[in-house]
Amino acid sequence: MGMTMTQKILANKAGLDKVVPDQLILADLDMALGNDITAPVAIGEFRKLGLDKVFDEKKVSLVMDHFTPNKDIKAAEQCRYVREFANEMDIENFYDVGEMGVEHALLPEKGLVVAGDLIIGADSHTCTYGALGAFSTGVGSTDLAAGMATGKAWFKVPSAVQFVLTGEMQEHVSGKDVILHIIGMVGVDGMLYKSMEFAGPGVKNLSMSDRLCISNMAIEAGAKNGIFPVDEKTLEYIAVHSDRKPVIFEADEDAEYEKVYEINLSEIKPTVAFPHLPENTRTIDEVGDIKIDQVVVGSCTNGRLEDMIMAAEILKGRKVAKGVRTIIIPATQKIYMDSMKMGLLEIFINAGAIVSTPTCGPCLGGHMGILAKGERAVATTNRNFVGRMGHPESEVYLASPSVAAASAVLGRIASPAELNGREG
Amino acid sequence: MNAKGKVLKYGSNVDTDVIIPARYLNTSDPKELAAHCMEDLDPDFRNKVEDGDIIVAEQNFGSGSSREHAPIAIKESGISCVIASSFARIFYRNSINIGLPIIESPEVVAETDDGDVLEVDFTKGEITNVTKGKTYTIQPFPEFIQELISAGGLIKYNKAKM
Repeated sequence: MGMTMTQKILANKAGLDKVVPDQLILADLDMALGNDITAPVAIGEFRKLGLDKVFDEKKVSLVMDHFTPNKDIKAAEQCRYVREFANEMDIENFYDVGEMGVEHALLPEKGLVVAGDLIIGADSHTCTYGALGAFSTGVGSTDLAAGMATGKAWFKVPSAVQFVLTGEMQEHVSGKDVILHIIGMVGVDGMLYKSMEFAGPGVKNLSMSDRLCISNMAIEAGAKNGIFPVDEKTLEYIAVHSDRKPVIFEADEDAEYEKVYEINLSEIKPTVAFPHLPENTRTIDEVGDIKIDQVVVGSCTNGRLEDMIMAAEILKGRKVAKGVRTIIIPATQKIYMDSMKMGLLEIFINAGAIVSTPTCGPCLGGHMGILAKGERAVATTNRNFVGRMGHPESEVYLASPSVAAASAVLGRIASPAELNGREG
Repeated sequence: MNAKGKVLKYGSNVDTDVIIPARYLNTSDPKELAAHCMEDLDPDFRNKVEDGDIIVAEQNFGSGSSREHAPIAIKESGISCVIASSFARIFYRNSINIGLPIIESPEVVAETDDGDVLEVDFTKGEITNVTKGKTYTIQPFPEFIQELISAGGLIKYNKAKM
């Protein structure tokens, strides 16, 4: 029996010819990542080991993105703690305010992760880099500490479920709708411990931005990772962003999958996940009349340039509805700059939205757009758990940038198609 | 290795955002985190919890964010063990790594009620529902996991071996 793409990367990094599901392996890391919330705990644990350097100062990334620019004194202290550690350890990839962006948008953009890599991150959305043909997964702070110390991590080799994609997405449908559709289908624990492996002729019709968004939310189905095959689009993306050489792994033809789903992209409609689980999905025509107070476009899920463009296409020449606070957060400095050069920021501000410096901020209820009791937001973020964006009795509806922007204009959860033929 | 305490029972998909809301993640001090443990799911948790208590929950406990602050808050609250039908994988790993014993057992979860007293013998691999007078067999923790939990977590365990 052959190996899946994930299993091949794990075998390679463990120095083994073959691995099988449930096998425990010790594998070499190409990158260990932490942020301003998880790194302080990891550094505290690392310090207990009494080491004076990390395993490789080029292979650790520390990104100050969650509660930055520092939202309060405690957040400032946490960042200072990480900053001092980064200086002391000569961590090359330390990203502070001015250089930082939302970590999972930043690392691919900086070319720090490429196909064939094995990456752990003390952030659950580390699975994003599967879009580049890498194995990447979220861990906790202690695993990050051990990884920073030894350059290794242990894994249980996952079994896999294959998603064969066919067809092409319709207008106003993007990667977010695809992954919400899948999570709605398999449930928030449907892929627990497993790899989600994407394949099929539909892959080539997905942009890198779509793929990054889809891999990003693999964790929302409980998956260990979500990985795409490497094709021309992947290689072009890596060539533009990185000077590192990608290593291409392909699933064997006789690789074993626990289950195979076929998904026709052309049948997917704009999709919204209702509170309080990402699996509570409804297509846009099933939503009903739900008034909203806030819209957030941004995050590691949908804060890339393509997402900004999607939102701008809807908001151009329009105004957000009175009473809908619309917060747009380009995920990195480069995306911010590119959005500015393309005139997108002007479109947003003219529409009555605000544009924030990069931050995870409201996605996890940190700052920059917290909800009051009873308020509702449509967000392009990744989780709609109880209290995720603020008060435990507030509500988050997850959607694509197109749906979020259309909802901002109409003041209720709305399809972009509703704006067709209207002034804009 | 043993744990004994009364059961605090919860449902499915108890995520790490309700175990410890992100608004409290501007600190990693275990005591401060424990003061807000389970706050958005069960505001009364702080008053109910006593040293040794056992959390019993249904599927996918600890889903969502990778924040290790979640098992830290639970452990610091005095919880001696978490038993669930299934766990989210990052939470499972984090709990073992910080020395919080956790056990997957859909059978025990199905037959345990809030307030029951459970006794867990990790070495023998037994869970006894003292209230209901029933004993269940579970997979005992391998020796290294028992040592790791006794040492107080992965780093202390490794340090002791170094």
